[in-house]
Amino acid sequence: MQMQPALLLPEITTFIGGLVVLLGGSFLPRDRQWIARALAALALLGAAGTAAFAMAGPAQTAFSGTFAVDVATGAARVITALTTLLILGVASGEIAGSARESDTYALLLFAATGVMVLAGTTDLLVLIVGFLLASIPLYGIVGLRGGRSGAEAAVKTYLMGALSGIVLMLGVTLLYALTGATDYAGLEEGLSVAPDAAVGAGVLCVLVGLLFKAGGVPVHFWVPDAAQGAGVTAATFLTTVPKVGALVAMYRLMAVSSAGNESWLVVVAVLATASMVLGNLAAFWQRDPRRLLGWSTVSQVGFLLVPVAAAGRSDLALPSLLFYLAAYALTNVAAFAVTATFPDRRELDDYRGLVSARPGLALALLVALLGLVGTPPTAVFVGKLATATAAWDGGHAWLALMVMINSLLSLFYYLRWFGPALARSGERDRQIPRTGEVATWPAVTAVVAATASVGLGVGAGLLWSALADSLLL
Amino acid sequence: MLSLIIFLPLVVAAVVAAVPSLGAAAARWVWVAVSVVELVLVGVLWAGYEDPGSNGLAFEEQVPWIPGVGSSYHVGVDGLSLPLVAMTSVVFLACAVYALRDRERPRAHTALFLFLQSVSLGVFLAADLIVFFVFFDLSIVGMYFVIAGWGHGDPARSALKFFLYTFLGSLALLLGFIGLYVASDPHTFDIRELVAATPLEDDPVAGGFVLAAILLGLAVKTPTVPFHTWLPPAHTDAPATGSAVLAGVLLKMGTYGFVRIAMPILPEAWRAWAWVIVAVGIVSVLYGAFVALAQTNLKRMIAYTSVNHMGYIILALGAVGLLVDDTAQARSVAVTGAVVQMVSHGLITAALFLLAGVMYNRAGTYDMGSYGGLATPAPRYATLFAVAAFASLGLPGLSGFIAEFQIFAGSIAVAPVTAIALPGILVTAALFLLALQRVFTGPTQGQSSGFADLRGRELWSVGPLLALSLLIGVVPQVLLGVIEPASAALITLVGK
Repeated sequence: MQMQPALLLPEITTFIGGLVVLLGGSFLPRDRQWIARALAALALLGAAGTAAFAMAGPAQTAFSGTFAVDVATGAARVITALTTLLILGVASGEIAGSARESDTYALLLFAATGVMVLAGTTDLLVLIVGFLLASIPLYGIVGLRGGRSGAEAAVKTYLMGALSGIVLMLGVTLLYALTGATDYAGLEEGLSVAPDAAVGAGVLCVLVGLLFKAGGVPVHFWVPDAAQGAGVTAATFLTTVPKVGALVAMYRLMAVSSAGNESWLVVVAVLATASMVLGNLAAFWQRDPRRLLGWSTVSQVGFLLVPVAAAGRSDLALPSLLFYLAAYALTNVAAFAVTATFPDRRELDDYRGLVSARPGLALALLVALLGLVGTPPTAVFVGKLATATAAWDGGHAWLALMVMINSLLSLFYYLRWFGPALARSGERDRQIPRTGEVATWPAVTAVVAATASVGLGVGAGLLWSALADSLLL
Repeated sequence: MLSLIIFLPLVVAAVVAAVPSLGAAAARWVWVAVSVVELVLVGVLWAGYEDPGSNGLAFEEQVPWIPGVGSSYHVGVDGLSLPLVAMTSVVFLACAVYALRDRERPRAHTALFLFLQSVSLGVFLAADLIVFFVFFDLSIVGMYFVIAGWGHGDPARSALKFFLYTFLGSLALLLGFIGLYVASDPHTFDIRELVAATPLEDDPVAGGFVLAAILLGLAVKTPTVPFHTWLPPAHTDAPATGSAVLAGVLLKMGTYGFVRIAMPILPEAWRAWAWVIVAVGIVSVLYGAFVALAQTNLKRMIAYTSVNHMGYIILALGAVGLLVDDTAQARSVAVTGAVVQMVSHGLITAALFLLAGVMYNRAGTYDMGSYGGLATPAPRYATLFAVAAFASLGLPGLSGFIAEFQIFAGSIAVAPVTAIALPGILVTAALFLLALQRVFTGPTQGQSSGFADLRGRELWSVGPLLALSLLIGVVPQVLLGVIEPASAALITLVGK
């Protein structure tokens, strides 16, 4: 039992990267802020590299067993770092040269660090640290872009976040009181003898806190508002990256609490269903593409919770969760990046005629939206297939049915977006220019992310073999 | 070899889509060229084909894909798929020739149809459930864009309805596949391994549910009553080539799924539910025929006859599940008839839809009442249409007769009650004769005046389809020789 800080190299790299960007950014002139962006990208690449290197090694624990460095943590770290890297591409279109540019990068890096901590923790107290570290920078990012809707989004996010944080801590307190332990190994031992009702309250409170981070029902109200009101950089980040940490953390918690009591898996299954259905129904008639994506992300949390409901019951559960997270992150970033290319087009109909003006971008949008539906051969298809299989294998055949029904429901609103985008443009429509107006970096990001999501789907076997033995410590 | 056949159109499609400087004429000719190459390749395949035996596949290729979930890229061909592969290449070549006149965005059109050709061939050659599903699902996406992008009338709405309905079907199918995977031990998506293992054989309840999911998925695609409602609007608003591919090729994916997946993997459940399937078949046959009879829109009429014709296939396959003593021979005949019907319907309906497209091109309407005496200004058109109509209603000497004769000979021997579907043939005969009479006979009037007769390209696209139908009708042995061993093998799998 020792500290072994070297095992936390990816987190440390990201965090120090954030500090350097924050301090260095204040000395950089406005037109040289790209240096801060490059530094941030370098830090993220370093984190991804060290994390991938650590994945090749044996699973270990750090800091007296409170942080697990296993395949699950490794995958979460790599996904977090690379997704944040892509989001820098989205940001280059929106905030390049703006007053708060380097501050935003610093906040992104801090939040990413928090997400990585969340994913790896095996101790409730460290879980709180990760939660706060992932949340507090987020409030700042959401609020950075001014305007009324931005302020509303920030306040809403902050209030929901503060409330869920308190509920999370209440849950931790309860569990500690019941078992006398905060580390998961101790919890697993203590929970089996503690009274059911009290355990239920405790675990549920912790779950609620994590659901806020993931943006799932019942603490999802901030997601669509933030996705619509905040800047596109913030919207992309907050609908994508925190999920990685929150869901892996939920998986670890469920693996512990369901060991003696299977009913927890049913609770998660119900939460998953609620998230899928509610997110889908609310997205149906949205007219703003970003708000539509905001609701779609609520439903995606439901899909992501499906393998969590099979935690410990199916060999497929953990690899399918990690695979789905990677697939979702790529696909969602691609969709948001397309909205970032036309920042002032905030109606679905504004995309009419995209295919003839910008065929590459239209194709990226098509891949992203069909990907979110789960059409092969995109990566999310493999994710959905594997998660549904895991749920059935884990004893919830009805949950697999729910996955299919909700995929069908989601198709309807995604079609409402790419229908116009791929239609011929009419006389009265706002024409999409062939050049200019379109921000270059987000367009490149969209194409890269969409291509990667197809590539990941076709080459799923490679990643899968890396995840297949992802045993938790 | 098989991978080359599947992916050659896809690669060319990507090239066509990526090279903006490709001219319109070049794009159209690229499509024709690729289709010809495909047909030649399939011809080579046919020439080198030898029956692989029960639960075997010829020209197999297998590459690991996602070993974690027991799925591999596995393709192969047997007597049930080879005729459909050949039919698919023929229909696509006919569409390519037909589209040589099209002026609307030919580059995108070519790319999209080459994509569709790839996924269609992929479905028929897949030997892994996930590979099957991937191509199955992509065919929906491709057809959505064909209808939405090149359709007329209210294409956006029809395309949406088509997408939602068939996507529902494909998801049900996926659910069924997952059920098979979970039930098999060791877990696998490989069709051959599943056929050998027949999971769920001892579990009638779970087997029933899984079969129901798979049947639902395939029934929507086929389509049978009551899941056919997406078909008429999709057909009416689709372009001629789109309708030809949709009816000729895509509908077969549903019925092909029955013989490839549902029957051999879930024989127990198939036998248990055979009567339900027979009933659905009978209803589809009669309902499709009678509703078609009531249509005034020519394209809708052809669309409803598809419901009727696919009903025959369902009827035959359902009858196969009825285990009556000493009927193995008859049931084998029924399966053979069903497969011949898939090929025959593909050729004939594609021809009919292309001919309907000619009509729309010239006069802008499908309403049969606005024509009259069309035989006088357009004798070649009238002749080809008449041949197609007679082929479709099952006149001896044409492929439809071979198919329907075998279907009924086989089914009635197993279950005499299936004879109540026989009037379906009568009604189809009546409706086609009625249509011929309304459009082609009598004094020339309405839209018929000034109707230009078929030109070379139209003739060269429709003609070969009907010639093939005639060829099958006259010398069916060529086709039957390939199908019959596979039917017999299927019968042994479903049960003596």
